[in-house]
Amino acid sequence: MRSIKYDVVVIGAGPAGLAAASRAKAMGVKRVLLVDRDREPGGILQQCIHNGFGLHLFKEELTGPEYAYKFIEESYASGVEFLMNTMVLTIQPDRQIYAINRKVGMLKIEAQAIVLAMGCRERNRGAVTIPGSRPSGIFTAGTAQRFVNMEGYMPGRHVVILGSGDIGLIMARRFTWEGAKVEGVFEIMPYSNGLNRNIVQCLKDNNIPLHLSHTVTKVHGNERIEAVTVSQVDEHFTPLSGSEQVIPCDTLLLSVGLIPENELSRDAGIHIDPVIGGPVVTDEMETTLAGVFACGNVVHVHDLVDNVTRESWLAGEGAARLVLGQQPTRDLVTTKAGSGVRYVVPHKIHVENLATRTTTLYLRVLQPEENVRVELVSGTKSLFSVHQRVVRPAEMVSINVPPKRITATAGEELMVRLVREGDKA
Amino acid sequence: MERLKADVVVIGAGVTGTAVARELARYQLKVFLVEKHPDVACGCTKANTAIVHAGYDATPGTWKAKLNVRGAAVYPQVCRELEVEFKPTGSLVVALAEDQVPHLYELLNRGYVNGVPDLKVIGRDELLAKEPYVNPKAVAALWAPTAGLVNPWGLAIAQAENAAENGVEVLLGAPVVGIDVTDGLVTAVQTPDVIIETRYVVNAGGRYSDEIARMVGQDDFRIVPRKGEYYVFDKRFGYMANCPLFPVPTAISKGILVTPSVDKNLLIGPNAQDQEDKEDLDTTAEGLQEVLSEALTMMPDLPVKDAITNFAGLRAVARPSNDFVLGPAPGVPNFINAAGIQSPGLTSAPAVAEVVRDYLQMAGLELKGKKKFNPFRKGIVTFRDKSHEEQARLIQEDPRYGQIVCRCETVTEAEIVQALNRPIPCTTIDGVKRRTRAGMGRCQAGFCTPRVVEIMARELGLSWDEITKKGGASRLLLGQTKCSAAVKGAGKDA
Repeated sequence: MRSIKYDVVVIGAGPAGLAAASRAKAMGVKRVLLVDRDREPGGILQQCIHNGFGLHLFKEELTGPEYAYKFIEESYASGVEFLMNTMVLTIQPDRQIYAINRKVGMLKIEAQAIVLAMGCRERNRGAVTIPGSRPSGIFTAGTAQRFVNMEGYMPGRHVVILGSGDIGLIMARRFTWEGAKVEGVFEIMPYSNGLNRNIVQCLKDNNIPLHLSHTVTKVHGNERIEAVTVSQVDEHFTPLSGSEQVIPCDTLLLSVGLIPENELSRDAGIHIDPVIGGPVVTDEMETTLAGVFACGNVVHVHDLVDNVTRESWLAGEGAARLVLGQQPTRDLVTTKAGSGVRYVVPHKIHVENLATRTTTLYLRVLQPEENVRVELVSGTKSLFSVHQRVVRPAEMVSINVPPKRITATAGEELMVRLVREGDKA
Repeated sequence: MERLKADVVVIGAGVTGTAVARELARYQLKVFLVEKHPDVACGCTKANTAIVHAGYDATPGTWKAKLNVRGAAVYPQVCRELEVEFKPTGSLVVALAEDQVPHLYELLNRGYVNGVPDLKVIGRDELLAKEPYVNPKAVAALWAPTAGLVNPWGLAIAQAENAAENGVEVLLGAPVVGIDVTDGLVTAVQTPDVIIETRYVVNAGGRYSDEIARMVGQDDFRIVPRKGEYYVFDKRFGYMANCPLFPVPTAISKGILVTPSVDKNLLIGPNAQDQEDKEDLDTTAEGLQEVLSEALTMMPDLPVKDAITNFAGLRAVARPSNDFVLGPAPGVPNFINAAGIQSPGLTSAPAVAEVVRDYLQMAGLELKGKKKFNPFRKGIVTFRDKSHEEQARLIQEDPRYGQIVCRCETVTEAEIVQALNRPIPCTTIDGVKRRTRAGMGRCQAGFCTPRVVEIMARELGLSWDEITKKGGASRLLLGQTKCSAAVKGAGKDA
């Protein structure tokens, strides 16, 4: 068994891992290794050939591969080492990593700091329980995207899409451009789960109907899928009898959510926040296992890669500061989701960092609201707030708290809540 | 039309038919195993609770009662010989209220009559010590130490492979369309491609065993499929049950249970719904709800949100007997039924095979042992369950072990290549899944499907869009993209 040592080992060479690795290197860490199971770095971005990436960070509309290439280039140039086609099997709490590939066989990698950047996977039919038969022709949107964009094959020609997640919307357009007929997108919620720009550019521009408060209640066909039954649902998501409609199709695409992929993290004993499905992290993006950091979709599912990159820079810096002995004092405040807020990341913030740098809080709201204030409170005291014209569950809200803007003492709890403008809290 | 000659034709390659074929492979006989699906284990065998029952449940004196106990007794050896996963977990029938306790003693007594060894009723404390996640309202349980868990399709595949390695001819994709009977004796079995002249026929046709029997004029039983629906949960929760946890049974079913699988998934089900349609394997919203709510009674902390899939299976229930239909068809002594094999049919399979062998002998088939019979079958060498040192050695011997294809179940390319090159041809994605577990994990084949298709296309010499999920019209991909087709076209022109 080959044994190697690195200062920082990043697991996953998607946008999160690339940003974390190159930032750690830029901070002065000597040996940084990026490990990825795929043939080439870039992660899922490589199959996202549509544009719209980097609008916030670069003020450009890049395609997924273009966005990835910027960071691949930067990582190579800065001296990050890549280990591709390599699968990490286990991470031990003492930061020893076991990984395999076909060239070297089993590898033991010792790391001073580890950054988890494994991304997420798609929720599938089993997770959303669609009754009926089990034919071929049912794909998660991302799998279909891989077949179409990377392998050059069509999963089908006559498509129904369940869920209005962004990949589903993107694939509705992609299938249409390939000459396939997309019957419609059916969303169980009374609002869309995708970015507004995707609703417009992918559905409206291609005359694909979006049916809110609808779901697929049955799959038909024994060998290849032949049709689906769709039904309208009430406010408790129960299908309304009498609203059933059978739609012939040869393909059902599922775009019903993403799940952070934390099997390695769990096995290592890292504490997972059940609301986000990812590790509990500090503002250095350090998990509950000292020396192990996490960033990107493995922590919580993002809708913009720009935010993944920003968050991953923090993880790269955090890992570098640990290696270089520059970690902030361990005085922490905790964050908490208050009314109207589903979750807040990070879970803990170093008091010292509040004074020395801008602190970004990422949050998701529980339901669509207009004209609200996102407010940071400690006890009854409002510390900071920003106005938001529209907030939607599908669009992550980020709040930047400038340095020294708030002061807090270790152990204090900062609650983030929504307040309707005009309402007294 | 090709004509073949056999001593025995076994119809149906489920767990019963393959057990019979393997049993007959011990003797100097020409045996054909014919199956209409493109693979073995495609009927009732692929969708059931995967439990080796102890045998206290069946009415004393029935075939079910006799063969269950015998089957359970030989399972450990059969699974050892064939390298099939078997876990001797024991099982529990849990009384959730005082008024259910008398039922436990009824089952205990019935088990005693059936010859089930070492049954005992245990109290609440012992139960909760064994099974900490069971409903704390439970008051007592029947403990059956001889029960266990098995991989049912794994067993059928292993039996078929072992049979094939010992000379049995396996014909897949060969539905029986007719059986020739002359002067009260079967003379030949017809499939669309071949006619097999034969001295004996074994009917292990599962859901369709009544229709096969009717081909020789037997019309005294019929199969009414009884649907059962299930949920499978993420492996991460496999620890919540150490053995099958049955509720106190009802007249038609052993009830909806919570059980681990040999692969550490948590499984709940089945409900029981009689139906006429033999192909209706649809899950239903109502059925799944029934399964879930009853299982929650047994285990209130069930990880409802971490279900990874659900499915339905059919039990081949024979009417009117409700028992296994074993033995010659009336008036056709060389046609032996192994029909109506429903629960505890999986457990009974090895014993059913012995009974069928004896009936064949009684009907005049001479059984001369084969010196060269090898009862041992080597399975696919799996990667996931090995130590890091052993895994390192595997990759050294075959670098394809260094390539993970299915990350949820840690399945390597080497295992998939092996699955595609074994004694029983494997030609479908579901076949690869059942042999390797690729695609059976929490992402349900989201990530591995393109890689599996790629390997299958390469190994089977097919194009990607010819690969099917389960044969027939179940192609996965319906052609190429515009760009890809254009590029391919350009290549051809050049």
